[in-house]
Amino acid sequence: MKQEIIMAGFGGQGIMAMGRLLAYTGMMEGKEVSWMPSYGPEMRGGTANCTVIVSDKRIASPITTTPDVCIVMNLPSLEKFAPMVKPGGLLIINSSLIEKECERTDIEILKVPCNDIANELGSSKVLNMVALGAYIQKTKILPFESVIKAMKKAFAGKEKFIPLNEAALKKGAELVK
Amino acid sequence: MGERILMKGNEAIGEAAIKAGCRYFFGYPITPQNELPEYMSRRLPEVGGVFLQAESEVAAINMVYGAAGAGARVMTSSSSPGISLKMEGISYIAGADLPCVIVNIVRGGPGLGGIQPAQSDYFQATKGGGHGDYHMVVLAPSSIQEAVDLVMEAFDIADQYRVPVMVIGDGMIGQMMEPVEFKEPPKRDLPAKDWITDGCKGRKPNVINSLSLQPEKLEEMNWNRYKRYEKIKENEVKVETINMEDAEIALVAYGTTSRICFSAMETLREEGYKVGLIRPITLWPFPTETISKAADNVKAFLTVEMSTGQMVEDVRLAVNGKVPVHFYGRTGGMVPSPDEIIEQVKALGGGK
Repeated sequence: MKQEIIMAGFGGQGIMAMGRLLAYTGMMEGKEVSWMPSYGPEMRGGTANCTVIVSDKRIASPITTTPDVCIVMNLPSLEKFAPMVKPGGLLIINSSLIEKECERTDIEILKVPCNDIANELGSSKVLNMVALGAYIQKTKILPFESVIKAMKKAFAGKEKFIPLNEAALKKGAELVK
Repeated sequence: MGERILMKGNEAIGEAAIKAGCRYFFGYPITPQNELPEYMSRRLPEVGGVFLQAESEVAAINMVYGAAGAGARVMTSSSSPGISLKMEGISYIAGADLPCVIVNIVRGGPGLGGIQPAQSDYFQATKGGGHGDYHMVVLAPSSIQEAVDLVMEAFDIADQYRVPVMVIGDGMIGQMMEPVEFKEPPKRDLPAKDWITDGCKGRKPNVINSLSLQPEKLEEMNWNRYKRYEKIKENEVKVETINMEDAEIALVAYGTTSRICFSAMETLREEGYKVGLIRPITLWPFPTETISKAADNVKAFLTVEMSTGQMVEDVRLAVNGKVPVHFYGRTGGMVPSPDEIIEQVKALGGGK
């Protein structure tokens, strides 16, 4: 098992945190993981992005030009990363902010209205957890319960945020079921 | 120690230094290593240490000189242009036989260059950088776990031989997060620090200095130091070899680039190409013998670096004309992809 994931969006959409939580979950499950953020000039043009790799084996390069999965949270990210997805791979689109259709027919496309769901839950801040919940449910790469467990560990000392994040993860997953 | 935690390279390097007994850090901000001094500024006061942001890299390395002279475990870190500024101080530290650890999270150059990963400071790190007959031990981790292990060991190596040790990475090693576990480094028999200047009540004063105006004396000091370098060459070479048993093409790469070569090698092996990887972990002392021996069995070498070709010269010296040594490089912050390397290997016949 090996999966390369690129997550991208505006600064402030919690892209890095979403990637870290995935890597953290993988580590807790005993997998090899790497998390590589974009930094410097890559951050310009409206896309903050990170690459997460989860694998059973030693991870070679922590960056990829042909990810298995892309999660794009805004239009510039769709334009930049959708062409990179491996044929047969998965593209998750935040349909709340991206109206444009992806032209590719050789990949699976999953639309998740992340902002709308997050707002319904009471905070636009958890849109990243909606996306992550949908991704985990869709790919089954790691047990859903482990993500919840990892999230609770990540929020140690800030327990008041746990219920909302948990609800967002579950809502994202429900969309896929 | 013993639990796996997810940490960013720069921060893991900082924590490793603290676990190794580093209590003083002097530095100056520069991307892509800023998380390291930031981490030290928070953590060192918690363990009774001192963090100080100096007015410049030159000031910082001279503070390192002072702390090392007083017997402390001390570290500084910077990135390429800042390391150039430190070179005068590093030469003085080497001339005064002081132990310290210097972290270089390399960025594209020359000049201010860029901030993306590069390996263009190889010459500077391994062939001098400052003036005079001196060497630094240069350790090149390729993962966060290895960065942690090597930083911890770096303090021991520095103390054992009384030399500055450089840990060299790049933006990828600095910015990436991976699981790490803090383990005790291999036990070493470290000499007592009876040469330090920490107040000489009741004993003869010690003098720490790199100035020696008598040529006979300076020559003797230099040869004595050189003897220590010979010991380092005997005892401290670290290198990883993968799939070299039947390899016909040997990739040679270190740090970040070695991971990309590993990826290329895996793909090539699946396609039946006999490709191996030699990964120098110490850039100085260089694993000359490993490469020289490999040259008896392989048809060609391909050295891959994020530079216009620096380590390749040491590979050629080690191979000594036995077989061709080819080079593939990207520079300026461009990172080669596995596909580029695969293409290069296939162009060489690929060992199939």
